[in-house]
Amino acid sequence: MLPLDGIDRLLLDGFQRDLPLEPRPFAAIARDLDLTEDEVIARLAALQKAGAVSRVGAVVRPNTAGRSTLAAMAVPAGRLEEVGSLVAAQPEVNHCYEREHRLNLWFVVTAADAAGVAATLARVAASTGLPVLDLPLEAEYRIDLGFPLRWT
Amino acid sequence: MDVMAQERALLAALADGLPLEPRPFAALGERLGMTEAEVLEALRTLGERGVVRRFGVVVRHHELGYRANAMVVWDVPDDRVDATGRTLATAPGVTLCYRRPRRPPDWPYNLFCMIHGRDREAVLCAVERAAELAGLEDMPRAVLFSGRRFKQRGAVFGPTPSGEAAWTISTAAS
Repeated sequence: MLPLDGIDRLLLDGFQRDLPLEPRPFAAIARDLDLTEDEVIARLAALQKAGAVSRVGAVVRPNTAGRSTLAAMAVPAGRLEEVGSLVAAQPEVNHCYEREHRLNLWFVVTAADAAGVAATLARVAASTGLPVLDLPLEAEYRIDLGFPLRWT
Repeated sequence: MDVMAQERALLAALADGLPLEPRPFAALGERLGMTEAEVLEALRTLGERGVVRRFGVVVRHHELGYRANAMVVWDVPDDRVDATGRTLATAPGVTLCYRRPRRPPDWPYNLFCMIHGRDREAVLCAVERAAELAGLEDMPRAVLFSGRRFKQRGAVFGPTPSGEAAWTISTAAS
């Protein structure tokens, strides 16, 4: 785990939602935390560089501004590196994980429309010679409101 | 540029996050031919319409000590899955909860959730508690721990078959 101090934790915990939509949002955070704007920017940049922060930005509701799906493949163990890298290299793929199952490669495809999603799945199937299961979202039961971090 | 295209371009420009500088919305606008005020107004509107779920710091679980995560899936009868899913979504440790189609014979499961924990044992404990809470103890289940992470980022789009210009966006799954 990364070495984080109390201020880092406040930054990570307290601003996952409702970043102030005002011209100088980091100055607003700085006021909250009794820091300077430069300090907030430097800390966020350091957290991003260390990988603790993926980005400071928007989390978009699925299938509103584009179309997405979850896809799965059963990849022979000896081909996992090759196929995983090929899938991850597709520009429409934003998540790609190995998972412990006969279906051992899972990835999320997002595109501007359904045709773009289908084209990506077809391209992956054609270039690997392996079937791709398409598991689109049908209902969502939990809204992403951030990730509550427990530090102990 | 119509409103939708401008919104898409804005979300695309945000795929890798706000530039970390004093006037990030002005910098974003400069890349898009929008003023700072227009960018802020567009983001407010997207939030009000529910297109943008949240706007802020997006953390990476793994780097923050949540070393184990599993996609946990169940096969729940169609007439019970929605009620069960809504309950499962409230269980501690559950971060995402969805219904997706079964694909027999390869994939018999229709209820999906993600559970993060410090280690495998913590995840398995959370799975048991969640199953109990949602009345899923007797349903067919699989726990798919993650192994290698090949990619985690905001998505980037190429041109689509319909000829739409390239754009990018960050999804809720990110």
